[in-house]
Amino acid sequence: MVIDAERCKGCALCVEFCPTDVLALSSSFTAKGYHPPEIVRPEACSGCDLCGMYCPDFAIYGYRL
Amino acid sequence: MSVENPVERYLRSDRMPHIWCPGCGIGTTVNCFTRAIDESGIPMDRLAVVSGIGCTGRVAGYMHVDSFHTTHGRAIPFATGLKLAAPDMKVVVYSGDGDLFAIGGNHFIHAARRNLDMTVICVNNLTYGMTGGQLTPTTPEEAIASTSPYGNFEHPFNLPYLAESCGAVYVARWTTYHVTQMKKAMKEALLKKGFSFVEVISPCPTLYGRRNRIGDSLDEMKTYKTRSVIKNGADTKEVDLGMTGPIVVGKFVDRERTTYQDAMEAFYSRKLGNRYVRASQ
Repeated sequence: MVIDAERCKGCALCVEFCPTDVLALSSSFTAKGYHPPEIVRPEACSGCDLCGMYCPDFAIYGYRL
Repeated sequence: MSVENPVERYLRSDRMPHIWCPGCGIGTTVNCFTRAIDESGIPMDRLAVVSGIGCTGRVAGYMHVDSFHTTHGRAIPFATGLKLAAPDMKVVVYSGDGDLFAIGGNHFIHAARRNLDMTVICVNNLTYGMTGGQLTPTTPEEAIASTSPYGNFEHPFNLPYLAESCGAVYVARWTTYHVTQMKKAMKEALLKKGFSFVEVISPCPTLYGRRNRIGDSLDEMKTYKTRSVIKNGADTKEVDLGMTGPIVVGKFVDRERTTYQDAMEAFYSRKLGNRYVRASQ
């Protein structure tokens, strides 16, 4: 999973709809003042790319190796 | 190993970040659309995206394919001309509910009646997002908009019913919550010969959701999750949208009709014989 935090606007759709709860909103800020998601359970990520489908800002995507 | 974002090759990266609000559903539909193009196998140089004016109208400007950002409501007439002049192009009209059904409503019904070979994707956020949240022909009854501060008393359009009764050969409706189904519907619409129509119900957290006490984008997505009822093949007369009650989603119509181009070629070939000159392929 790859996150481009500077594109993120903090809507949290990826955090809510991740089927394996990989993500959480970070307490850090982006340059624009939003809280981007961070990966808290990397081992649980299945690479389903659902976060990439939901993200309105093209800021996150998953892939399978 | 680094893998590129699948949406990246379809975006004009120099224009990012886009203008859409945090949590706006239009970006989600673009994600699904680009994945649908990938899966349909349509080459990027044979695809044209035409948009009108509005928040969704910006899609044409952000897509790195041949695109056309046209005057308000006139996306379908521009797309018609493009399709007739270049019949081997896949023409997609990507616009909002206000642009397609208020300002451009007349063009939609005639393109569907003629069964022009094009795909229309309508991102329906139930309001005019760019101009300040006015009432559109799709705003549900009782909904509050900037031009209806006490609520809407008009009966809205039922878009799948409108599309079916005018003659569209493929009609589907999904919400931005149903990303996988939306991607599949867009792929089927792209590959369908004739006038295909996909309606996507999308949150407008800044103007519609906030004014109607729905909350932010996440809350609006959760209401889609609880209110949606999947009914493939449902009678489109019964899929009206209200403020509460079920949002019926699914693939409603998939049928065959002669397209405008085929009908024109057959007719003129019969009438004019070898004097008829076909449009260049």
